[in-house]
Amino acid sequence: MSGQLLPSSLSLNNYLEVFQKVPLLTYLLNSFVTSAIVMIGQLLVSSLAAFAFVFMKFKGRDFVFFLFISTMMIPWEATMVPNFMTIQSLGWTNSYLGLTIPFFALAFGTFLLRQHFKTIPQELYEASQVAGISRLRFFWNVILPVSRSSLITLGIYSFLTNWNMYLWPLLVTNTESARTVQIGLKQLQTQEIASDWGIVMAGVVIVILPTLLLLFAGQKKLQKGLTQGAIK
Amino acid sequence: MNDARDLQPVPSQKSLPKRNLFAFLEGWLYLLPSIILFGVFVFYPMFRTIYLSFFLADQMGPFEFVGLENYQYILSSDSFQSSVKATILFVLYTVPAGILLALFLALLTNEKIKGIGIFRTLFSSTMGMSVAASSVIWMFMYNPSIGVFSRIAEWLGFPAIQWLQDPDYALLAVSLSTVWMNAGFAYLIILGGLQNIDTHLYENAKVAGVSYLYQLRRITLPMLSPTLFFIVTVSFINAFQTFGQIDILTKGGPVESTNVIVYSIYKDAFINNDVGSASAQAVILFFCVLLLTALQFKLGERKVHYQ
Repeated sequence: MSGQLLPSSLSLNNYLEVFQKVPLLTYLLNSFVTSAIVMIGQLLVSSLAAFAFVFMKFKGRDFVFFLFISTMMIPWEATMVPNFMTIQSLGWTNSYLGLTIPFFALAFGTFLLRQHFKTIPQELYEASQVAGISRLRFFWNVILPVSRSSLITLGIYSFLTNWNMYLWPLLVTNTESARTVQIGLKQLQTQEIASDWGIVMAGVVIVILPTLLLLFAGQKKLQKGLTQGAIK
Repeated sequence: MNDARDLQPVPSQKSLPKRNLFAFLEGWLYLLPSIILFGVFVFYPMFRTIYLSFFLADQMGPFEFVGLENYQYILSSDSFQSSVKATILFVLYTVPAGILLALFLALLTNEKIKGIGIFRTLFSSTMGMSVAASSVIWMFMYNPSIGVFSRIAEWLGFPAIQWLQDPDYALLAVSLSTVWMNAGFAYLIILGGLQNIDTHLYENAKVAGVSYLYQLRRITLPMLSPTLFFIVTVSFINAFQTFGQIDILTKGGPVESTNVIVYSIYKDAFINNDVGSASAQAVILFFCVLLLTALQFKLGERKVHYQ
């Protein structure tokens, strides 16, 4: 690339070459699987907690709620060193386990879903109790389906954030087979910087395309969901 | 807040002890996954970090208790002082500019005009772009020989600036790119806030025939204040936690001018293998974020106008 304002010719060669320079396909797959697992994990764990906060009354609930709030005050970066050591001692480095499990619990996600669960009429819950439906079935067959929209919002948010995660994968992966696409981008940039910007930029486009599409598809939902979870 | 009300324990109609015990166990069961995960990956490492900050330690663990020496050492080291300075400057460069930019774009695109959706999508798009990808794009733009900034400087007859290699400009350059990266998220939140404002207020204003600026000052900004308050808090916290763009664009250099606190923690822990010092810095980061959040809630409660 020479720095002309307009390119002199167009070709898709850079896109083919970027797959040869780094194992981009492996990285893409790793990012996809990691983000999907975290998304499902966060949806499950957060919705279970939110359900307990809204529909159940028991000793210690206020205390746990306070604990959830306090996790938002702890910057994740302040705890990364012991977390890294934990993952190392569990033997979870370079595996999906280390990339996903630490992120399953999410206070923000719990609050967002709690907000939505609170709009579900309490009578529905009481009726299910009278009919003798177990809480777990009520949760699975009634609450989750009627909260589809909030779940999708949280799902998009969690997929986006995890696809774009940088520092944690940098710490817990050091093999080519375990790396995610963001770290691959760094590798590509360090390797190719002097020789060919075109290839690096092809890599950039491939990496941002999935999340951009997801953002465009879910923009309205995200905007609504994030404001609700945040403000109210 | 309506949280306090519905968190009050409600006495059940039949206070059979057996039934209460069951509800207690079942309730905790639903919360158990979260509690275990928060315990292992948030609370334990937080206390462990505080513990490690009193030791000489490497990645294997602590090996000698030194009391407050790590704190004394970092507070008197030039490196930490430049890191604090870089962090504060970075926060000041990125937070106000980022929020003003997002607010401006959100006000522009809150009008109901045909085709406005394209602009809304465009302005929020940086939220879908990872820090790594954005940093690579900006790195190209800052490239002294072929980047767009040098081209413009050259065209205007200024000497080419080594944006990322010059200690006077590197932090500014990283900040500029960060404003761009964070604008998408702030924009989306603020636009959401604007769209939640009751349109009747504007209709009444229209009837009264007030000016746009008056309307902005008396209706829009007060009604938007909870949203602004939220985005200010989040932006501050995010700015303190910046890492990716530093790692890709400057690696904390040149001469530590962009060595912000999280990068400094990372470098001490994973490159210099000085976990004690990294932990002490992490504890300081934790208290800064805590103080900032507490301060903002205290100030915010007084200023913010809730509908």
